[in-house]
Amino acid sequence: MTELERVREEDKKLAAERRKIARDGPRLSGAKLEARLERTWKRPRGILGWLATVDHKEIGRRYIVTALIFLALGGALALLMRLQLARPDNDMIGASRFNELFTMHGSTMMFLFVVPVMEGVAVYIIPLMLGTRSTAFPRLNAFSYYMYLFGGLLLWGAFAFNIAPDIGWFAYTPLSGPQFSPGKRADIWAQMITFTEVSALAAAVVLVATILKTRAPGMTLARMPLFAWAMLVVAIMIIFAMPSVALASSMLISDRLVGTNFYNAYEHGDALLWQHLFWFFGHPEVYIIFLPATGFVSVITETFCRRPVFAYPVVVLALISTGILAFGLWVHHMFATGLPRVGYSFYTAASMTVAIPTALQIFCWLATMWDGRPRFQVPMLYVVGFIVTFVIGGLTGVIIASVPLDLQLHDTYFIVAHFHYVLIGGAVFPLLGILTYWYPKITGRMMSETLGKIGFWMMFLGFQLAFFPMHFSGLLGMPRRVYTYPAGLGLELPNLLSTVGAFVVAAAVLLFVINGVYSLYRGAIAPPNPWDAASLEWATSSPPPDYNFAHIPVVKSRTPLWDEKGELPVVTGLRADEKEILLTTVVAAAPDLREPVPYPSLWPFIASIAVGIVFITSIFSPWALTIGLIPCAIALTAWFWPKELKRNPEPVIS
Amino acid sequence: MRLRGPVLILPLLLSGCDYQTYQSIFSGAAAEVRQFNILFVIFLVICAIMYALVIAFLIVAILRRHRAQANVVETGRHHESDPSMRTGLIAWGVLVATGLVALAIASFFTDRSMAKAAASEKLSITVTANQWWWDVQYNSAEASKTLRTANELHLPVGVPVRITLHSNDVIHSFWVPSLAGKQDLIPGRETDITIVPRQIGIYRGQCAEFCGTQHAHMALVVNVDTYADFLKWWGHQLHPASAPTAPLAQAGYRYVTTGQCATCHSIGGTSAGGRVGPDLTHLASRRTIAAGTMPMSKGNLYGWVEDPQSIKPGSRMPTIGLEPNQLHAVVAYLETLK
Repeated sequence: MTELERVREEDKKLAAERRKIARDGPRLSGAKLEARLERTWKRPRGILGWLATVDHKEIGRRYIVTALIFLALGGALALLMRLQLARPDNDMIGASRFNELFTMHGSTMMFLFVVPVMEGVAVYIIPLMLGTRSTAFPRLNAFSYYMYLFGGLLLWGAFAFNIAPDIGWFAYTPLSGPQFSPGKRADIWAQMITFTEVSALAAAVVLVATILKTRAPGMTLARMPLFAWAMLVVAIMIIFAMPSVALASSMLISDRLVGTNFYNAYEHGDALLWQHLFWFFGHPEVYIIFLPATGFVSVITETFCRRPVFAYPVVVLALISTGILAFGLWVHHMFATGLPRVGYSFYTAASMTVAIPTALQIFCWLATMWDGRPRFQVPMLYVVGFIVTFVIGGLTGVIIASVPLDLQLHDTYFIVAHFHYVLIGGAVFPLLGILTYWYPKITGRMMSETLGKIGFWMMFLGFQLAFFPMHFSGLLGMPRRVYTYPAGLGLELPNLLSTVGAFVVAAAVLLFVINGVYSLYRGAIAPPNPWDAASLEWATSSPPPDYNFAHIPVVKSRTPLWDEKGELPVVTGLRADEKEILLTTVVAAAPDLREPVPYPSLWPFIASIAVGIVFITSIFSPWALTIGLIPCAIALTAWFWPKELKRNPEPVIS
Repeated sequence: MRLRGPVLILPLLLSGCDYQTYQSIFSGAAAEVRQFNILFVIFLVICAIMYALVIAFLIVAILRRHRAQANVVETGRHHESDPSMRTGLIAWGVLVATGLVALAIASFFTDRSMAKAAASEKLSITVTANQWWWDVQYNSAEASKTLRTANELHLPVGVPVRITLHSNDVIHSFWVPSLAGKQDLIPGRETDITIVPRQIGIYRGQCAEFCGTQHAHMALVVNVDTYADFLKWWGHQLHPASAPTAPLAQAGYRYVTTGQCATCHSIGGTSAGGRVGPDLTHLASRRTIAAGTMPMSKGNLYGWVEDPQSIKPGSRMPTIGLEPNQLHAVVAYLETLK
């Protein structure tokens, strides 16, 4: 028998086997199909199975829970700071400790809470919303979570061992350089950044691929839910913004570890280089936080106003233009550094321009309420709270875009007020709303409406009490990042009010957590679609099965569950005996390919440990980089090792 | 809206309470700050109008939710929308863009006019920031009139002053809210700021860029005087420190000029010539100790000299552990440095 004949023979045999493969369809549906899929998509039991999982829902839940723990920790630090600042010349917390507190607070909130929680929500909900069974690159997704977790553990472990960074979340050089920050505090900050960079980049790649390639057939770009649009823009922004801070922090570590002089002005380096690189990432970062929240607002507004968001194309274009403009504003953080004034005028104009797409989005949400019939359940209350609060933050943003005004207001409590209005009002309010909204989908139970409403009002009013007076503290001349202030400048009252307000906010967050835990056991059982919403995540049970959908739904409008009377139309033919998803084309979402999905694997976890060891040991020795890369290479090789070399009827990734 | 009210009357309110203008932005004590006030009110009014429009729209949208005819899924018309909203969206976009253009132009021209006012200087000062104090040098064409002092600025009213800014260590920011906006002091770079004080008085400034442990205690007193008083002050400050006469002060003099103090501090007319710490030649004439950490007084001098690390932890001045008799002597001598 020649080689060719042998291959032909084998082809025939494989074709026969292929006919016998179990696929969803008329011959395999209902309970039988579900049982089969259940078996295929289940992860192994035990602690190893727990570490090996690649299920986007499990990873998303871990992301959300971890991020909320960091929110609590970061919030506790904020309370300590507010206690110290409650009265003038207070000596409850010393200068160095206070500097650690605000550094930890800022770094925790920015890098360990708000960005990861947005990614976590997206990783959980996006595949459900798009009508698919998994994210793209599920192992990369698992890797991203472990990197994030280890970055957080590094920072908080350092805090526990009293070597927490004390250089601010922005770590300006030369203060963070080798000369003025001896010891390992600044290195720990820089490596925590590296962990979260890697994690965010991995999650961003996962999200872009998922959103562009795994949408349900018929869900063209023009029918995609606005939250998916927001996350698409955000993920692309992360891919462009993170390399900048990666470069900056690597050069900082290199200055500190091997004596390069990137930021040393006396050796032809430049102290301002850090600020350019950091803010080229740092300003888009604000929109990386805010745009997912606009997605939440669009989702909630649609469901609770009982109609799609008004002027969908305008909202999408607003998201995209915000994403682009966000990269042209960074110098407005540097108006006081003495750069050329003509350049400043450009950045003033650019900073004001970014208000336009945001103002248009606000109009679209209000127009949706105007045209619809808003129901004021807890998620919708948070949307109203968002508009009332965020718009103040947006307008103070316009004020500080002006160079003459910013030169006074920069680095005062006016700025602290501004960005808390933007970040809490603009991102945390919608987040609490959306967590209430998707809680039944994630847990299968409803959160208590009464506790939710009490919590909302405490949150809303406490927030105003805590942060509105900060505008006044700033105008009265209180700079940021001071551990104490003298009596007699008129700062006593606003600071006291802020402290009281901060405790009300903390109580509201605590109540939210209590509500979440209580409802996990006592909440009303949630039906598949408790809010009568229109998007696909509500087409499956609450909580969804491991495989998300028994059949992949077909979409014919922007609001499929409102427009399809009866059962959703579906496509069939995906394998039920192996993990498989349907890939569709980027724009038209026409069925394109069937793609095998990787099985659970421990290698992402092991790889993240190997990479984590490199990052942490390179704080102490440059050799860590060369030696430590060997285990990384081994872990990655094993991760991508082809498991079977003999031919299969259809490709499988085990 | 409820929240905007107080902000509008804020400048008025603040100008009413005198003691608070010490470090407030709204003092109007310099040309630049007056322009700031006008621009701030313009921004505030336009922003308040925008905010009022948003809130009004929100309230009306909520109030009309019970009407029977709505474009919602229950009526089956959820893919339709009120045509007036389309017009509204365009109008809103035009309004927002126009408002922003107006604000950007106002901001641009204010910035230009501030830059123009800064053109003609009459007095030149160099301020060098250190962790955590201000080194001040009055420049003059005549070497004998060059004056070095610390943590205190004296300025003549109505005279444009150009302040050249340096940093010896990390980035700091020079900020006297009552007189001008911020300007960073960056190691390896030279920046500058021009101030035209318009009102006699005492103002407080503070480092505005986080610069390490004692960032909170890096303040600066600015004393704006008549031109005659200013010249008198300058003349007095040019004098070297007078030799002490009382025995106790003489003992302090010997300790300060021969002991550790002189390695960091200089005192004009003595052998103490350190440049690391603030100049002490006329220490007792200043209003505060340790860059605004405490008011100047005998008791506070005692506290500071005895244990600076408990008063300003992390400060570069070490706690030496003086014997009581040494402490009495040093303080007695420092008090003579008027």
